[in-house]
Amino acid sequence: MRKTSLDMVHELARRDKRVVFVGSDLGVGTLNAMKKEMPERFFMEGVAEQNIIGMAAGLAMEGFIPYVNTIATFLTRRCFEQVAVDLCLHKLPVRLLASGGGMVYAPLGPTHLAIEDMAIMRALPNMTVVAPSDAEEMKRVMAASLDLPGPMYVRFGKGGDPVVPQTEFTLGRAAWIRPKAEVILVSTGVMTERCVRAADLLKAAGIVCGVLHMPTVKPLDAQAVLEAARAAKLLVTVEEHVVNGGLGTAVAEVLIDAGGVLPAVRRLGLADAFTKNYGSQDDLLAEAGLQPEQLADTVKAALGR
Amino acid sequence: MTRKPRSYYEPPSLMRSPTMTHAVPLPALDERSMRLRRLVIQALDGGGRGHLGSSLSLIEIVRVLYDEVMNHRPAEPRWEGRDRFILSKGHGCLALYAILADKGYFPEAELARFCRNGSYLGGHPEAGKIPGVEASTGALGHGLSIGVGMALGLRIKASAARVFVAMGDGEINEGSVWEAAMAAGKHRLANLTALVDYNKIQSYGFVSEVQPLEPLADKWRAFGFAVEEIDGHDVAALHGALSSPDAESRPKAVICHTVKGRGVPFAENDPKWHHKSNIPAPEIAAMYAALETI
Repeated sequence: MRKTSLDMVHELARRDKRVVFVGSDLGVGTLNAMKKEMPERFFMEGVAEQNIIGMAAGLAMEGFIPYVNTIATFLTRRCFEQVAVDLCLHKLPVRLLASGGGMVYAPLGPTHLAIEDMAIMRALPNMTVVAPSDAEEMKRVMAASLDLPGPMYVRFGKGGDPVVPQTEFTLGRAAWIRPKAEVILVSTGVMTERCVRAADLLKAAGIVCGVLHMPTVKPLDAQAVLEAARAAKLLVTVEEHVVNGGLGTAVAEVLIDAGGVLPAVRRLGLADAFTKNYGSQDDLLAEAGLQPEQLADTVKAALGR
Repeated sequence: MTRKPRSYYEPPSLMRSPTMTHAVPLPALDERSMRLRRLVIQALDGGGRGHLGSSLSLIEIVRVLYDEVMNHRPAEPRWEGRDRFILSKGHGCLALYAILADKGYFPEAELARFCRNGSYLGGHPEAGKIPGVEASTGALGHGLSIGVGMALGLRIKASAARVFVAMGDGEINEGSVWEAAMAAGKHRLANLTALVDYNKIQSYGFVSEVQPLEPLADKWRAFGFAVEEIDGHDVAALHGALSSPDAESRPKAVICHTVKGRGVPFAENDPKWHHKSNIPAPEIAAMYAALETI
């Protein structure tokens, strides 16, 4: 996803002279081709996230569209005030390309995991928060990013994530990957592919399960959430993120604000805790009960089957 | 008033500065400097509060920039060819509001509505609300990075415009300032000038006690800046330091030795006047009296 996204930065920069790249200190040879072709629009600025965000703001104030890339947790925690004040308060078109969302950096431990990033970014006015499911969707997200007037946070998966077949991406719109049914899994990012596999397992067990993919976590597609709530007896949100403040919270907010009769709702995600173990992204997702078989079992248990 | 007025220029750190060794009575301010300060008091009185000391040390800095140095068009605040000024120490906004009102960016009458509900003049300046304000500031340590980005953007656009960023001495405690300084040095941003309003007093007390900055000029030099150290109330010295970029294409740092509260004797060099609210009418009257042209 990172490679796709950064290749797209280069492509967008060819198409549009306003596009500039700002990196910190990540990935030997990253965007070498862009650096060679348009050195005046390529910046690799060192381990200084506060400065990078402020600098991107200044470039945006001069009419440029900066695409900023570094590790997700350093883009969200380290320079939060710069993101809030320099980008969101000024409503500037700066794109934060966040490497290693969720448990991607599992072996590196809690300093490198971005498991509350969506909650942090979602709290900021004017910020758009997107978590594509795979590299194909990333291409569409990047293309859609060019003309968004305000700032945008894009959460990357590990890379090589299985592709969820779909053809369209519209900012702020959800997509039905499996049609609505009595049970609906609502997910974002790389969890959507796992939800599709869970739905297939459930189908084999005689339970028809819809999958609603919500790549845009903010602004959330409230209409799609309400449509799901009307159709389902059981609504399950699934995210590679702490359960407080992310997709599940956003969905619950929509449901509660809408009032009326709610379906049963389960919010699945990571515990409100720092991780204790290392291993792989899949290991830690399994510990959190977020792998397809586990998701299917949770649904069965919730249905009493 | 609980404090005896001081009329000497004598903060301890300044005494160690190689260029400023005098402890003599402050020279008189001219009518233009007095007028801008009266506008500050007008806003302070209107809002019933404000960072008086932090604003009065800045007056000659903004005066020289807007009167003599910067290309700008008050009737066309977003004119592409303008030089950019960022007040990174946003709490000093009374000085910025005074010069912007004086130049006609907005009516002087608005000053009296400072900090009031419905006014666009808040306790920290906001871009998009106030004509002539380039960046919303108030959280410290942001302005220089924004200035670096603007200077790079202007360079890509092959613009001759310059960027000026005014920071407080307390403000440069922030690590982000030095991140930005590193970047400015790396890119040799000759179109960027950093100004330090070195009034020797931060919010809690004297800079020399809270977080000493010396050797300050050496710090900026080490980050790749051409450094000038001047009396920040001396209009001619400011003009000399600011009128042209560095001949060797380095970013410039102008360390402006100033007096916090300058022009209102009972506020000068007194940490209590960093920010004040509920200022009694007789004190306001005394401020105006101190700023009357003789």
